[in-house]
Amino acid sequence: MRNNFADVIYEEGLKDDRICVVVADISPAGSIEKFRKKFPKRFINCGVAEQSMIGIAAGLALEGYRPFCYTIATFALYRPFEMIRVDLAYQNLPVTIVGMGAGIIYSTLGSTHHSMEDISVASAIPNMRVFCPSDPLEMKKATRWCATKSKGPVYMRLGKVGEPILTKNSQDNFTIDKIRCIEKGKGNSYAILTYGTSLKLALELSTKMKKDKNCFPHVYTSNSIKPFDNNGIEEILKKFKKVIIIEENVPHGGLTSRVKCINSDTKNRSQILAFTLKDKFIHSYGTYKDILNTHGLSLDKIFKKI
Amino acid sequence: MDHYKITKNFNFISSQYRCYGYRKSILDISQTVPALHSGGALSCVEILDLIYFGLMRVRSKVFFDKFIMSKGHSCIMQYILLNKLGIIPDKMLNSYCKKNGVLGCHPDYGNPGINASTGSLGHGMGLAAGIAQAYKIKNTKRKIYVVISDGELQEGSTWESMMMAANLNLDNLICFLDHNGSQSFGLTKITHPKFYPIINKVKAFNWSVASANGHNVKDMKEKLKKISNTKKPKFLICNTVKGKGVEFMENKPIWHYRSPSIEEYTFAIKNLKHIKN
Repeated sequence: MRNNFADVIYEEGLKDDRICVVVADISPAGSIEKFRKKFPKRFINCGVAEQSMIGIAAGLALEGYRPFCYTIATFALYRPFEMIRVDLAYQNLPVTIVGMGAGIIYSTLGSTHHSMEDISVASAIPNMRVFCPSDPLEMKKATRWCATKSKGPVYMRLGKVGEPILTKNSQDNFTIDKIRCIEKGKGNSYAILTYGTSLKLALELSTKMKKDKNCFPHVYTSNSIKPFDNNGIEEILKKFKKVIIIEENVPHGGLTSRVKCINSDTKNRSQILAFTLKDKFIHSYGTYKDILNTHGLSLDKIFKKI
Repeated sequence: MDHYKITKNFNFISSQYRCYGYRKSILDISQTVPALHSGGALSCVEILDLIYFGLMRVRSKVFFDKFIMSKGHSCIMQYILLNKLGIIPDKMLNSYCKKNGVLGCHPDYGNPGINASTGSLGHGMGLAAGIAQAYKIKNTKRKIYVVISDGELQEGSTWESMMMAANLNLDNLICFLDHNGSQSFGLTKITHPKFYPIINKVKAFNWSVASANGHNVKDMKEKLKKISNTKKPKFLICNTVKGKGVEFMENKPIWHYRSPSIEEYTFAIKNLKHIKN
């Protein structure tokens, strides 16, 4: 996703001279190098100074620019949180914060580099939009939307490198802010609902359910957590008896809470089976898959519980 | 290179009269709200008058240069000045902090003449650096003026952006420090005894820096001119007195936040000092 993002931002930079990139010592700077070389004044590297990254981006936006702030998710969102809240959200400026390597994808780097609650934190801020594209194709569309259409701040959660393309043959087209059916199943027993890089696990689960359980779930993504497609979720809840949620975020303040809330508010009786990160820091290491497993997000663990 | 021109009919005597008027208005308005942050507003009176009347250039009846009040808690002074310029209407100023009023104790972006929302300390320097860089991209000669408090120099974010402003050669960024030496808890030299002298620290960050008497527009203007001929961002340390002009408020930390009682107000108006350059 990282390299694809750099390509899109370069293309948008060519089309619109209001696009700026403000980064905080991203490593490696290779993929975004093309933008820096082409637009040296519109590329600002603040170094290890995230508060300044947001402040400067806000200043640029006050003068009509459309900056993208870009660094590792934890440092993009948590370190300069109050700058994001006041400079960007309170003033409602069109600045996109790109949280790279979000979730627990930087597995071996430990909890300092795991954004386990970025979705909850970012979506708690008024005026803030929260996007979580699931693969490079969705990321490109979301990035273009941020570059051309956004009227206020966006937090966009991205993976790292090498994410597979998963949405090419999707049932629904990509529409910003709308729930999207990625894989059409059969019947109305199961829906799997997810976002971001967890889509891969969701599709694996669907395949396993078909094979070992002879049931055919429908797989949906919610690329936008805020604003949230309440109507889309309501329809899914009405239609399916069981809704499985796979979410790489803590249990509170993300997709799971919202879906449960709507289920309760609409007096719906679907069974919600939620699989999220635990509300705790993990002190062991391993691959991305290992850490997901420690949190309970593995294919086998989920399959056993449904 | 940079030449600070007097753009309106700026003379030092009329500035003194205006400053007396601002102080009177600050005291008047202090009677309508329980917490005005009057001390910090009274300390930056001359600084703001110089920036608005003596430094910021006007093109086609609008300001060509921009101003950000980073020490947002003193914005009543900015409101009063903007009102004098006809930018904030009387009716709006009269509803300051009142029900349905849009002007509060900290400036909100979008109100007339207010270029940024501030109030949380340590935000103005980053915003100003971004604006200055925007002017560089646009290749315009516009300048950005920012007023910060000495409390804001305790925020790491201020120094982060000062480092960036120097890196980016933002010679169009001019920062005024309202150095009144006092903050909510007490005197800054007691909270941070090892922080001084400030001038060396700013110089070490590769800014062009000088000190001036922050209640003397002539001195500030001259000192600023001395440091203007450089490619660096500019920083003027304006040595001020918190509560300046009202003797019983001067250098008393309690007046960081509170408004005077009716008796104190009457006494203050009667004894309000006329500060001469």
